[in-house]
Amino acid sequence: MMKTFIQKVLTDADYQPARLLTILRALQAEYQHIPIDAIDILADALNIPRTQIIAVVEFYSFLHLTPQGRYDILISDSITDRMQGKENLLGYLSSALKVKAGQVRDDGLVSLNNTSCTGMCDQGPAGLVNGHALTKLDRPRIDEIAALVEQQKPLGEWPPHLFAVDDNIYKAGLLLNGPIENGAAIQATYTRGINNTLEELDRAGLRGRGGAGFKTAMKWRFCAEEPSEQHFVVCNADEGEPGTFKDRVLLNSHAEQVFEGMTIAAAIIGANQGFLYLRGEYLHIFDKLQAILQQRRNAGLLGANILGQGLDFDIEIRLGAGAYICGEESALIESMEGKPGIPRNRPPYPVTSGYLNQPTVVNNVETFLAVAKIAIEGGDWFASFGTEKSAGSKILSICGDCSRPGIYEYPFGVSIEQILADCGASNVLGIQVGGPSGTFISNQEFNRQLAFEDLATGGSFIIFNNSRNILEIVQNFTHFFAHESCGFCTPCRVGTALLKKQLDKIIEGHGSAGDVVELESLCQLVKSNSHCGLGQTAANPILSTLQRYPDVYEKQLKSISYEPGFDLDGSLEIARRMAHRDDAAAHLSQVED
Amino acid sequence: MANKIKVATTSLAGCFGCHMSFLDLDERLIALAEVAEFDRSPITDIEHCGPCDIGLIEGGVCNSENVHVLREFRKNCKILVAVGACAINGGLPAMRNHISLEDCLLEAYRDGIGVENAQIPNDPELPLLLDKVHPIHEVVKVDYYLPGCPPSADVFWAFLTALLEGREPSYPYELVHYD
Repeated sequence: MMKTFIQKVLTDADYQPARLLTILRALQAEYQHIPIDAIDILADALNIPRTQIIAVVEFYSFLHLTPQGRYDILISDSITDRMQGKENLLGYLSSALKVKAGQVRDDGLVSLNNTSCTGMCDQGPAGLVNGHALTKLDRPRIDEIAALVEQQKPLGEWPPHLFAVDDNIYKAGLLLNGPIENGAAIQATYTRGINNTLEELDRAGLRGRGGAGFKTAMKWRFCAEEPSEQHFVVCNADEGEPGTFKDRVLLNSHAEQVFEGMTIAAAIIGANQGFLYLRGEYLHIFDKLQAILQQRRNAGLLGANILGQGLDFDIEIRLGAGAYICGEESALIESMEGKPGIPRNRPPYPVTSGYLNQPTVVNNVETFLAVAKIAIEGGDWFASFGTEKSAGSKILSICGDCSRPGIYEYPFGVSIEQILADCGASNVLGIQVGGPSGTFISNQEFNRQLAFEDLATGGSFIIFNNSRNILEIVQNFTHFFAHESCGFCTPCRVGTALLKKQLDKIIEGHGSAGDVVELESLCQLVKSNSHCGLGQTAANPILSTLQRYPDVYEKQLKSISYEPGFDLDGSLEIARRMAHRDDAAAHLSQVED
Repeated sequence: MANKIKVATTSLAGCFGCHMSFLDLDERLIALAEVAEFDRSPITDIEHCGPCDIGLIEGGVCNSENVHVLREFRKNCKILVAVGACAINGGLPAMRNHISLEDCLLEAYRDGIGVENAQIPNDPELPLLLDKVHPIHEVVKVDYYLPGCPPSADVFWAFLTALLEGREPSYPYELVHYD
């Protein structure tokens, strides 16, 4: 039985070890876990070590070695979900289904757990059931879901409104306003000439939209100049930064243009194969995207000899399986090769040695979207928007405390004040710009600009009003990084856990002055010694709030010089009980008398 | 010399290996004795700590007595030092942290092979075990850390001479790499 199923999955995957994640996702969906027998079969069939398969299963949140429920429900634990009442709803769901978060119910019907931000911040609280997005959760919906689970109704028969995902585009700018005609950008590229198109991208001053802001034309030129038989184009749609959801909207409504941008990249760097690495949380748009790819093949915009220009290029979608770190481009490539998403040493950079060690261009969804438009309109057109160092526009995912959370596109250089006014935010305490790895700005900084030279962002913009508690926000972000650390390097693996512990100690009221000093030095240690961007930015929530709100931390502190961060007397409880003692010497005070 | 600095030492949940390593200072102990004198320490058999300049703590915190001793040191020592892996991380004794204290006690005093007259010790004279072994910095504030299992005599020497000369202690790479 299982053997037949695995053979089918393997055949679909063409026995490619690089497609291990795809194969394992199929097994997880079928058996609610990866059976140990399956691991042996896969190891033989793919000729890879079984330890690699186990490492992959253990690495990704959506893969399991032990069976999950036939309905596996995950609730998004982003700060915005919490602000929309997630904690309360999780408790409600937990009692409705009689299963605790983190557990599988005894009858194996349902399991419940938390998961990192699912990218539905503008329509939360959100969740996933067997990988499919649930939005706008409230008590009536929870009742509905619980009933459907108990009736064991197949997911395909659940009412569609539970899975409805809205685009919520509130402000369209130069990219969202004028979608291109299919094929027009490829046609323009060939009419102008490949080299001239690269020149146009250079003139446009386009910088990577994922957040880091590397010049796109420069990246593509480096890759094109790399002598190699194969080059690859990868679109990074592993949009995991909490508070970011614009790539979901772009792929839902502008995927054609994104694929067109990828095709232009292929023409420029000489690639025959492209990949869209889609985060597992966006499974709900997978079929739609596959259909669009097929339409493009039918229209001669993908496949052999595209538009009769001699370009052979196709795009394959690879789904992730729940790992924030895979948004880092070298971790993403590792993941695409069927391995745990552990960032590589750089250099060599992907442009010289990326997927299968071949020159590879990895860019954000929005970058490819912009490329297609620039190919038609030209570099000068694009550069006429934005600021000198940040040309063009930025598409923002705005969420949190505002009346119109959703997608907003602005020319770079827009002031924070303007954005707040547009999305209907008032009484603002502060904003997390660029997600947890970015910066927390206070309400004294609203004259600042959104641009690479001031506040850079990959798109995340979370607004907090004065009713919010800064320490709760920082705690949520700090726990997030500790959970998402890939575990490869010690400063990050151990450091993020220590940050979490030290911050919790202060928030729980066991902190003294020395503990804040200790926290700050830990932050510096993790920041300056970690292997990749995750560890290097994991301390940002603490550092940027410590700098702006020292008083908030100080208020938590006791005037005594030191207090343990755990309950000393409570930790004697087991020994007391077993020795049947309760005399004075069998107790400890929390601080020295 | 009239104003000798005062040093106290103790071992909590440790093996006295750090103390043995300290004695490896050998003839440098004589030079040390010129400028320092010992308060509470296994070397002096003084039972309680008076006001001191430096307190050296070996071992982690595994029971209530460790907590009391550690607090006495913190109260009396201007500078408190975590000496060796157990004081810094919990070390070997902390390997029991993966097993519940209940299981540890039952295995040792009731279910283990060769246990006679099985009972959990309950004499009030005996300190109770904490459910987990902790590094000392989780119980009191610690000023310095001497790494090693044990720290070599040279590490002790580098640390003490630096403090005596008023320098911030630092250790050359040779002293703190262990492979």
